[in-house]
Amino acid sequence: MKLHEYQAKDMLSKGGIKVPEGQVAYTAEEAYRVASQLGVGSVVKAQVHAGGRGKSGGIKLARNASEVREVADLLLGTRLVTPQTGEEGVPVSSVLVEEALDISQELYLGIVVDGSLGGDVVMASVSGGMDVEEVAESTPEKLYKLPIDPMIGFQPFQARRLAYLMGLTPNLIREFTSLMINLHKIFSENDCSLVEINPLIVTSDERLLAGDAKIGLDDDALYRHPDLLALNDSEQEEPLESDARKFGISYIRLDGDVGCLVNGAGLAMATMDITRSAGAGPANFLDVGGSADENKVAEAVKIILSDSSVKTVLVNIFGGILRCDVVARGMILGVEELPHINVPIVVRMLGTNAEEGRDILSRSELNVTLVDDMAQAAEAIKSTKYSKSSG
Amino acid sequence: MSILVNSETRLLVQGITGKEGSFHAKRCREYGTNLVAGVTPGKGGEVFDNSVPVFNSVDDAVSKTGANFSLIFVPAPFAADAILEAVEAGVKTIACITEGIPVSDTVRVTHFIKGKDVVLLGPNCPGAISPGEKCKVGIMPGYIHKPGKVGVVSRSGTLTYEAVGQLTGIGIGQSTCVGIGGDPVSGTTFVDILQMFDSDPETESVVMIGEIGGTREQEAAEYIKNDFSKQVAALIVGKSAPPGRRMGHAGAIITGRAARADEKIKALEDAGASIVPSPSEIGTTVQKMID
Repeated sequence: MKLHEYQAKDMLSKGGIKVPEGQVAYTAEEAYRVASQLGVGSVVKAQVHAGGRGKSGGIKLARNASEVREVADLLLGTRLVTPQTGEEGVPVSSVLVEEALDISQELYLGIVVDGSLGGDVVMASVSGGMDVEEVAESTPEKLYKLPIDPMIGFQPFQARRLAYLMGLTPNLIREFTSLMINLHKIFSENDCSLVEINPLIVTSDERLLAGDAKIGLDDDALYRHPDLLALNDSEQEEPLESDARKFGISYIRLDGDVGCLVNGAGLAMATMDITRSAGAGPANFLDVGGSADENKVAEAVKIILSDSSVKTVLVNIFGGILRCDVVARGMILGVEELPHINVPIVVRMLGTNAEEGRDILSRSELNVTLVDDMAQAAEAIKSTKYSKSSG
Repeated sequence: MSILVNSETRLLVQGITGKEGSFHAKRCREYGTNLVAGVTPGKGGEVFDNSVPVFNSVDDAVSKTGANFSLIFVPAPFAADAILEAVEAGVKTIACITEGIPVSDTVRVTHFIKGKDVVLLGPNCPGAISPGEKCKVGIMPGYIHKPGKVGVVSRSGTLTYEAVGQLTGIGIGQSTCVGIGGDPVSGTTFVDILQMFDSDPETESVVMIGEIGGTREQEAAEYIKNDFSKQVAALIVGKSAPPGRRMGHAGAIITGRAARADEKIKALEDAGASIVPSPSEIGTTVQKMID
């Protein structure tokens, strides 16, 4: 789960990290009032779950409160398209109005869990304000990484080491050290998967403030943070992805036209690859999960078919815990609820109760082609594509 | 011999009275696995499947039955505790099937077992099976397997079944099939399992199935290049996943390009592995490699 910038800054501030003066606003009038209290010179920032806002017109400077009102009025209610969103963009329902700062330097700070090291890793760079992935790729020597021991946590000497590597002035070392310790505490206590301060601003009067903040939370740990669950803004999600999540289905919308229904994440990726090798493109990643029942399969089918770009569906099931007859019945349930949609469905079923599943489908009204393996599935996808373009 | 699970395995199931635990404990037993105990706190004294004693703690189960492998089905919020309980009771090999464990819990657990003589498969893994030893410790459908000399190691469950299905379909049997788990942090790496296969006389070649994200496949490639004495066929899935949409950015941010499928394939190819060109060609690639 992702947080908005204003929510992330609130979390940082409560954890003892300084952030610019400011407040979130949902209307242009509210934005005006916030700016009036701040005094002259404000930044207005669209609150969306996507990076690249600066380049896409989502962050604007305003000289006074009236300008803040104008800018907020322009941004609110629109959809912001950034390099990290799809063409449809994401809705701007709130803006963060903040004091404009006198910046002398911009740094980068991040904490993530690194699978290979099996623990948290702190990253820091003097190239703040830039896309960190770009820094990692073009000048990896400028991105400092320090692993954190899970038992003893982040230590002051590690903060000092980063500070010296980045060439911070001696006046800032103590403040930076306490900021880093607070940052890792915030990361651990809230079960974050990502915390980024980019940029960390060094003001000309030598203060450290979080200019921007990005926080991702470990979805699997949300059960122990009910207060954080309330911060979720499902408007920011792709609607089909948010529907899928409600049913415990792992779904990611992609840009192809072959809808994929699969059990298991690895097999789901393999199925997407097969689709691509057939000269088509997957419309989605979908893992229905191991413990799915008929209703969950039906919901998965409905989600796939609700994507209007889907022209063919590929079902690839290797039954283990999940029985193929359950999948077949669920498919029929799902398709029945969307009678106006009639796309061809290519089905490959193997494993537990595969014969029964295939039998149920072949006796049904569904427009199914049963295949035996993934190579045949690819061929069937090719031919449904061909028959459509010729007919 | 085979690796990890064999005829000497004395299986203990943590969470044996739950829906998943009881279902799969029975399937393992039917396959031929020696199921000696179950653990569910509060259900000690019950008997599972007519003859398997249920204990309140792993410690009790181990001291009374000599269990040496624990298979864990405990729900995610309690799974880390269950793994630690097994380690403290002296169980040397553990497979955690549970998915959805908070990453920070897994970090603590894997850190705790570092340097100890303990193997943890998973979390979020299908377990392990050695068909020739009639020993299945996990949730994989047993009947698709066939005794033989190819080892299988994978991050994914159903994709492992796919690989096994293709191998058995063309008459190629398996020594042991192992799932190391799909979570970003896990107890065992490809390298750990490859090392076991390397010293197992039953295993003549290996199929390794990796995916996008992290750098575990590159570490495996490095090991294969320098130290592995047997043939490897490798499949990497996720080629068609667009780079902008990752399934969890944790590892990917730090490693950048390395997390991508093409980089992993290149590393494995350089290491001398036979690359499986498409998920439908796992069996045929292995066939070509061992002929």
